[in-house]
Amino acid sequence: MDHLDQLESRSIHIFREAYSCIDNLAMLWSIGKDSTVMLYLARKAFFGHVPIPLVHIDTAYKIPEMIEYRDRLALEWNLTMIYGQNEAALKAKQTYPDGACDRLTCCGLLKTQALTDTLSGEGVRYRLNHATKAYEPDPNTEPFTGVIVGIRADEEGSRSKERYFSPRDTQNVWDLGDQPPEFWNQYKTDFKPGTHVRIHPILDWREVDVWAYIEREKIPTVSLYYDQGTGKRYRSLGCEPCTFPVESTAKTPAELVAELQTGKFKDIAERSGRAQDAEDRGTLEELRRKGYM
Amino acid sequence: MAPKGRERLSLVVAGHVDHGKSTIVGRLLVDTNSLPQGKLEMIQAYCERNAKPFEYAFLLDALKDEQSQGITIDAARIFFKTAKRDFLIIDAPGHIEFLQNMISGASHASAALLVIDAAEGVRENSRRHGYMLAMLGIRQIAVLVNKMDMVGYRQEVFDQVVEEYRRFLKEIDIEAREFLPVSGLQGENITVAPAAMPWFTGPTVLDVLDTFEPEGTLAGMPFRLPVQDVYKFTKMDDTRRIVAGTVDSGSIKVGDEVVFYPSGKSSTVETIEEFPTTTIDEPSAGQSAGFTLAQQIYVRRGELAALRSQPAPKVSTRLRTSLFWLGRTPLQQNKDYVLKLGTARTRARLTDITRILDASSLDTREGAGQIERHQVADCILTLDAPIACDLADENILTGRFVLLDDFEISGGGLVREAIEDPQAKVREQVMRRHTKWQRGRVSAQAREERYGQKATLLVITGSNDALRKEVSRDLEAELFEGGHHVYFLGIGSVLYGVDADIRGSHEDHAEDIRRLAEVSNILLDSGLILIVTASELMQHDLDIILTAMDREQVSAVWIGDEVTPPLSSDLHATGDDAADVRAQVMALLKNRGALE
Repeated sequence: MDHLDQLESRSIHIFREAYSCIDNLAMLWSIGKDSTVMLYLARKAFFGHVPIPLVHIDTAYKIPEMIEYRDRLALEWNLTMIYGQNEAALKAKQTYPDGACDRLTCCGLLKTQALTDTLSGEGVRYRLNHATKAYEPDPNTEPFTGVIVGIRADEEGSRSKERYFSPRDTQNVWDLGDQPPEFWNQYKTDFKPGTHVRIHPILDWREVDVWAYIEREKIPTVSLYYDQGTGKRYRSLGCEPCTFPVESTAKTPAELVAELQTGKFKDIAERSGRAQDAEDRGTLEELRRKGYM
Repeated sequence: MAPKGRERLSLVVAGHVDHGKSTIVGRLLVDTNSLPQGKLEMIQAYCERNAKPFEYAFLLDALKDEQSQGITIDAARIFFKTAKRDFLIIDAPGHIEFLQNMISGASHASAALLVIDAAEGVRENSRRHGYMLAMLGIRQIAVLVNKMDMVGYRQEVFDQVVEEYRRFLKEIDIEAREFLPVSGLQGENITVAPAAMPWFTGPTVLDVLDTFEPEGTLAGMPFRLPVQDVYKFTKMDDTRRIVAGTVDSGSIKVGDEVVFYPSGKSSTVETIEEFPTTTIDEPSAGQSAGFTLAQQIYVRRGELAALRSQPAPKVSTRLRTSLFWLGRTPLQQNKDYVLKLGTARTRARLTDITRILDASSLDTREGAGQIERHQVADCILTLDAPIACDLADENILTGRFVLLDDFEISGGGLVREAIEDPQAKVREQVMRRHTKWQRGRVSAQAREERYGQKATLLVITGSNDALRKEVSRDLEAELFEGGHHVYFLGIGSVLYGVDADIRGSHEDHAEDIRRLAEVSNILLDSGLILIVTASELMQHDLDIILTAMDREQVSAVWIGDEVTPPLSSDLHATGDDAADVRAQVMALLKNRGALE
C-alpha cells in the first residue's frame, strides 16, 4: 500500500464507523475539492451508495459554476442533497457585499449561522427532488447530531488540533483543551444526549494528496480549479466577493500536483486567496470554536 | 510529498517535559532541509531583533503560528523526509496532564524516539512514556540521551543513563533498538557523526530513523476482519449483501470458508466487492474490504471474521488483561463499563486486580481495590457477552481494547489470556453444530418476509408462577389471532421427553437448559416466534440459552418480585394484572423489531 492507499483505507474505516455508530448523520459538501474527495470516499465506503444526506450552505454569493456542478453530481450520483441559507440576513442585506458589515461578520451570518440553523432543523432545509430536479422544503426537521466535515489538519493551525471524532456540546462549542483520547481505531461514538459530534474522515490528507487522489481516481471537480486559458485559476473556493484566483496555467489535476510539489506554490499557503483569513490572524480558530467549518 | 509507492512512517517523539524533544525535531528539520524556504533565516532574524538567543524549539512554535497562514506544517504533525523514507513526526506533550493526547498521537506511530536529558537523567515521564509505548505496541524505539553538551559530552554520564533506562525497559519487557548520545542544540549526532563525542561509534539519529520499518504488515498472519457492518442498500436495484470491514491481518479471497466469531456461523466468500470496480482480488492487512457470502447467514457488526483453514480467535467472557487507566474517576470493581474491541462492544466489569504498577516509580502493589488515573494494572475483566479476540502477543490489532466510563474512552489494554468461562463447553458444541448444520433451500430472510415477523425467542420466567403461565398462554393466543406464527413451549414439555434419558438417573439442570435451547434454536430456524416459559431461571441458565442461540434473537422477561441475584432481563414486569403485563411484553416485541 502506498500512502494514498493508506489514507483512503483510514478514511473509509472512519466513514463506516460513523455510519454504524451515529444516528442522524449529515455530510457537509462545500463543492470544493476536499469535500468532493470526501464524498467520493463515501461512495467507496458504501460500494457506490451514499446513505448519508449531503448538506451545502449556500451563501447566495457562491460562484455560479459551483451550484451548477453541485446539482449535476447530485443527480448523477443519486445523492440526498440538502441546502440551507440564512434567508433573514440575505433579505435584510446584512452582508459584506451589501456594505453592511466586515468580511468576518458576513461569514458568521451567511455560513456559521446558516449552518447552525440548517443542522438544528430550525432553518429551512431545501431538498433536491430527483423526479422534478427542483429543490423543495424538507419535511424532516430532526436535528443532525453527527456532521461529517472535510477539514484537513494541514489547512491551518486550529484544524491540526482536531480529532477524527470531535464532540461539541449543545452550543456547538469545541473544548480544545479537553478532547477525548482517540487510539487504536477506537473513536468517540458514545454520547450523552444533547452532544453533537463532528467527524473528520480526511483529517490526515494534505492538499497535494487530495489532488493526487483526484488525478488517480479521475474524480470530477469544478472547472474553476483549472486555468481555462486566462492564466488564472482558483486554488481554494469560497464566495465570489471574497475569493480571488491565483496566477497559474495548470489545466489538469496532474499539472496541479506538479505545481504544488515543485512549482510556484510549493511554499505558499493554500488559503492565501481567501480574504477573511487575512483580516485577522487567529480569528479562524475563534470562528471554529463557535462552529465554523 | 511522497511519490507514489513510498510509504510514510509515523514517528512519535516522547519523553519528560523540557528534555529537549522540540529542539531535536527542529534540528532534524533544519539538517534535512525539510523547512519551507527562508523559514530558518526568518526566525534567526526574529530572534536577533528581539535579543533572544535562537533556539531550535522556536521553529516548532513559529511553524505552528505560521499555520494561520496555511503553510503545511504542524506542531502536532510534522512532515519530513530522508533520502530513504517519508516521515510524519508526532510531537507528544511531555506533561502528565496531556497523557491522553500523548497516547492519541503515539497510537498511530510505528516507531518512537524517547528523549532523556543527560543532566537530569531518567524522570517520571521518561518511564511513563516508555511504558505507554510498550502498551501501545510500539516496538521500534530509539532512546536519545540529549543535552550531552550540558555534561561535557562525558561518556560515563551517557553510560549511566543508558544503564538505568535499559534496566527499566527490561522490567517492562522491551528492548530499545539503540541508545544514542546527542545534543539537539549543538547538532551533535543528529545527522552527522558527533565530532564532540569521538568515543561514540554508533549510528546517528538519522541513521536509526532509516532502519525503522513502516507499520509491520500483518499480511502473513491468520485472516482477521472485525465486521463493521453488513450493508444492503436497495437503491438502484442493488441486491448485494456486503460484509464490510478493514482487514487487520491476513487476506481473503473468493472461495474461502469464513467463520464469524463469537457466533461460530460460517459461509463461503462469493465475491470481493469494491467501488467503482473490483481491482484487488485478495484484500489484505490494512485494506478496507467488502465481500458477499454464498450462503445467507445472519452476521452483524461486532463479529470477527476468520478463515476455517486457519487458527481460530479466542472467545470468552473472561479476559486477563494489562491496562492503563486515564479516567477522571478510578477504575472500580462492581461498576459497569463498556469494553470495545475491534468493532465489538459489551458491558464489562473489573472483577479482580492482580497487580498495579505505578509507571513513574515502577512500584508494584497487590491487593488494591481500584485503579487510579495514570496507573497501569494487570487485572481480570468479566464481560456481559462473549467477545472474539486474539492474545496481544499473537496479534496486536485484535488483542487490544478500550474501556469506556460514562461515554468516554477512559482506558486501554491488551488481552493476555482468554480465560475459560462456564459457557466454554456449550460454545464449542454450538460451533460444531454450525459446521454440520444442514440448510434447506428456504432462507431465513424469505421466511421472515413471508411471515411478516422476525424469529424470536421470548424467555418468560419469574417468581409469580400463576401470572407467568397465564401471560405466556394469552400472549401466544393473541399473536396467533394477529396472524403470527407463534408457539408456546413450557419447560415441562421438554423435561419428560427430550430430557427423559437424564431425568431418572441424575438431574442435570444445566443440560436440561441446554437441550431446551437447542430445541428452541430449531424452532427459531423455522421462523417462529417462540414463547418459552420456566420458573425462576437463574443468570447461568440464561447464559446457556444465550450461548446456544443467536443472542440477538432472545428477549428475557421476568414476572413477579425480583430474586437475588437478579436476572439481567429485558423486561421486569410487576403487578398482578395479566392484560397489563401482556401489553408490556407486546411492546417489548415491537421494540425489538420482532413484529412487522
